[in-house]
Amino acid sequence: MQDYPIWLIIAALAVGTFLIRFSFIGLAGSRPLPETLLRYLRYTPVAVLPALVAPMLAWPAATGGEADPARLLAALATVVVGWRMKSLLFAILAGLAVFYGATALGL
Amino acid sequence: MPSTTPKKAYASGIRAGLPFLIVVVPFGAIFGVIGMEAGLNLVEVMGFSVLVIAGGAQITALQLMQDNAPTVIVLATALAVNARMAMYSASMAPHVGTAPLWQKALISYLLVDQSYAASVLKYEEKPQWDVRTKVAYFLGTITPVAPMWYLGTLAGALAGTAIPESWSLDVAVPLAFLAIVAPGLRTPAHMAAAFVALVASLLLAWMPFSTGVIVAGMLGMVAGAETERALAARGAG
Repeated sequence: MQDYPIWLIIAALAVGTFLIRFSFIGLAGSRPLPETLLRYLRYTPVAVLPALVAPMLAWPAATGGEADPARLLAALATVVVGWRMKSLLFAILAGLAVFYGATALGL
Repeated sequence: MPSTTPKKAYASGIRAGLPFLIVVVPFGAIFGVIGMEAGLNLVEVMGFSVLVIAGGAQITALQLMQDNAPTVIVLATALAVNARMAMYSASMAPHVGTAPLWQKALISYLLVDQSYAASVLKYEEKPQWDVRTKVAYFLGTITPVAPMWYLGTLAGALAGTAIPESWSLDVAVPLAFLAIVAPGLRTPAHMAAAFVALVASLLLAWMPFSTGVIVAGMLGMVAGAETERALAARGAG
């Protein structure tokens, strides 16, 4: 690793990230946003998070980019348990149990 | 209908935030470990986690620095990883837009994947909540998470390479995101949004600087909204 201006990088990331997060919250007032926009925004969490995890699961950095059956099974278990039981805690626990179980079995 | 006080909302936010610790602590520890391995000192590693408080972007920046990427690329890529948070901000705005400025600034600093998703999914369930109650709930969800994110980083930085790779701590990150989303898959529209975003993200993985993730997220939002509109039209007609 070359010599980087670490504190400059930290400061720029801190300010930039804050401004991204502040963008709409900071500008919004009491005026309601248009219904069409709200309809799109309703789907932000259920769209962005799957988009974020898909590459992590399909080609995980930890395996050097090789698809890993244990990770895929764990992901499936997390989604099914979370969807059926409506519980974040049980979903994560199910996923971790399947992952470590599958790893122990040598999958 | 009995209305919830901000105090009760704050307490129920804390309860909603607690399960995230299963993920936040190992994720913080991963950053601490790789930060020290990359040659940063303890203060620099902690500076990252306390000031930036965005694990994905922090790890991206470190990886690029280890690849000797130019500083501008390091910054642009790490910020692109955080671009999804503009969507979070837009979707929080109708709920907390009328709060005092200092509260909006505080919320913005603390707007991480977990606190965002937990809060917005709750606001959809409780449209009758006023802005104070909504702010209180949001602050509740982050109360256990943020301090433990800092402590997780510290623990990882101090333990350093003592955490064996065979633990595969990295798996906690995608599982956590899926666990946040899964309970929210209530309607065909939600499922369409998640499915389209997931497939598009894989197909667009060739796009530079993680921009494919952002495009995929937008396609998913369109899929969800259009499915909702189509189902409503069919129901009405």
